[in-house]
Amino acid sequence: MLRKKLAVLLAATMVVASIVGCGSAEEAAAPATDSAEEAAPADDAAAAADDGAAEEAEPAAASGELITVGIINNDPNESGYRTANDKDLKETFTEENGYSASFAYSLKNDEQITAAQKFIQDGVDYLLLSAADTSGWDSVLKDAQDAGIRVILFDRTIDADESLYEASIVSDMAKEGETAVNWLKGQGLDEYNVIHIQGVMGSAAQQGRTGALDAAVEAGEMNIVTQQTAEWNAEKAQQIVQSVIDSGESFNVIYAENDDMAKGAVAALDKANISHGVGKDVIVMGFDCNKWALEELLAGNWNYDGQCNPFQSSYIDEVIKTIESGGTISEKVIIMEEKGFDATTITQEDVDTYGI
Amino acid sequence: MQGKDSNRSGVTSFFTKLFRQQIFIPLAALVLLAVFNLIADPGFFKITLGYNSAGNPVLSGFLITILDSGSELAILAIGMTLVTAASGGQDISVGAAIAISGSVLLRVLCGTDPRPEQLQAPIIVAFLVSCLVAMLFGAFNGVLVAYFKIQPMIATLILYTAGRSIAAWINLNALPIVSEPSFTYFGEFIPGIPIPTPFFIAVACMIIIGLVLKFTNLRLYTQAVGINANSSRLNGLNPAFIKFISFVILGLCVAVVGLIKVSRISTINYSVIAKDIEMDAILAVALGGNPLGGGKFNMTASIIGAYVIQLLTTTLYKFNVQSDALPAYKAVVVIVLVVLSAPVVRDWISGLAKKSKVKGVA
Repeated sequence: MLRKKLAVLLAATMVVASIVGCGSAEEAAAPATDSAEEAAPADDAAAAADDGAAEEAEPAAASGELITVGIINNDPNESGYRTANDKDLKETFTEENGYSASFAYSLKNDEQITAAQKFIQDGVDYLLLSAADTSGWDSVLKDAQDAGIRVILFDRTIDADESLYEASIVSDMAKEGETAVNWLKGQGLDEYNVIHIQGVMGSAAQQGRTGALDAAVEAGEMNIVTQQTAEWNAEKAQQIVQSVIDSGESFNVIYAENDDMAKGAVAALDKANISHGVGKDVIVMGFDCNKWALEELLAGNWNYDGQCNPFQSSYIDEVIKTIESGGTISEKVIIMEEKGFDATTITQEDVDTYGI
Repeated sequence: MQGKDSNRSGVTSFFTKLFRQQIFIPLAALVLLAVFNLIADPGFFKITLGYNSAGNPVLSGFLITILDSGSELAILAIGMTLVTAASGGQDISVGAAIAISGSVLLRVLCGTDPRPEQLQAPIIVAFLVSCLVAMLFGAFNGVLVAYFKIQPMIATLILYTAGRSIAAWINLNALPIVSEPSFTYFGEFIPGIPIPTPFFIAVACMIIIGLVLKFTNLRLYTQAVGINANSSRLNGLNPAFIKFISFVILGLCVAVVGLIKVSRISTINYSVIAKDIEMDAILAVALGGNPLGGGKFNMTASIIGAYVIQLLTTTLYKFNVQSDALPAYKAVVVIVLVVLSAPVVRDWISGLAKKSKVKGVA
């Protein structure tokens, strides 16, 4: 009997709570849309003013009014790359640099979209977005456009009309792969027997970095001993390489699509006393330029590491400055400069500058 | 000398007995996979003695790889078997809990500097701290399941979701790297001993749990609670405490696996370390023929089950099966097992066995 009463009571509380919840959300939403509508004409006016005289806009920015930016990013715990990326953004978009930034993190697209809607309601000036998934962004970006909010994509591109965003600052993963494979071709080995360790299948990094190697294999320049995904996981990479060693197949290149997996592969090599690095039996290649990985290069234990540049914030800053001063962005897609490091030429300075 | 007939019935009764044994399922799977490998490539069983890059003798070969990687799974299977038997559910947060305990271990070893020149604390101290933390998280799950009576899978879903973020937070998102060579002994080899250390750790765990089950009432109490919590309460047991303690023991197993995992690569990656290992651990329990709804359990069968799963994984790697397709193959094994262990199928099979026996006598 008591239990029944309790259940009824609980249900009643929940109903009340949900009603209250809805109410407050609606109340919160109403003024927000109002302000957005107000903001839109103001922005139009600003844009018109920009067209007329660029000088007028500059004093407005200099008068100490902060530019508000809403930044939607993936979870910084995801990888060393993301941690460095987040840190870089936080260092750039500070009040000293004239910005008031708010951050939202999620690895899930729907949560990111919710965060974007919130930023639109808050009426930010710029929405910076690293989307978890390429699709599903059209309607929310349309809302942003209607509210006069400018959108800048960084790190990841999306499947949406180009008119919905101002600029997209990305890495060219395919080019990263090409740079690495070209470097490998330049090593002048008699035979290339490659163990290819892939990232999570279908991710942009995996597709880009795999593509170049696959092309070289198809052209008959290289042989694949095994091609397996270790899902960015060092242990899995170790098991895959271990399996090749156990079966006694010969190989002389390890092409791992990130540093962690290269590290796992090297652990398997060490266990079997197979020498690796500069002038040794097996060439080890990694990606992402983690600091510890570059140090392995410096020590000559690995041969190559390809950069995946996480420092987009200076590019974003430049784009915002250009727009604020009335300029236009000629190329919407901005591809960042990325390097590949060779163990024979890398310096301590490179490690300090490019290590993440 | 006895006649041919009685000899034959002796053989059949031996096989029916064997078939009734719970341990039959994992052993059959083991033999099946071993025979398959023997036919496909006898080189699978080759073991060679070589030297690693540090100049220490090491054994290598597929079998050694199985002993090496299967051992962490075997340790987890010990704890998972107890949790399954006592609570009638599974802990799906072990992967995340391994990330937490590994993170704690590195935090204590490295202090505030993620790249320390020398260790800030002895390894044993760091390990004990990580044990304590892992047992605390196990206790958290245990309290939810035992005292708040939440379904184990739902209760552990909390830690499953939050665990990896907690792990990252413990080290403030840094990725510490230990350069001390003696730290790698736990996940690789102790100089001079050519057998991988995880195997020794697993054997130690097996001996401990064997002794505990033999000299305490843990087995009896766990089974009693798993079969019927109410009647065991009426008989003077404390079912909530038994369930609780099974989660704490699993926490201890998690800490041991965390040590092995972190030691293997001397660092940690919060988002991928021990990913999906909970599924393999649960599969090991299922493969051991233990009822997943709780009650009776056979520890030896679970441990063999764990090594069989690693044998399956290694076999698939050897045949270059895409590693993202591995779960699909494991799923097939699960389906076969679940169907085989369903009461309907069991009755049907034992019915068949009886019929053939009757025919044999006639």
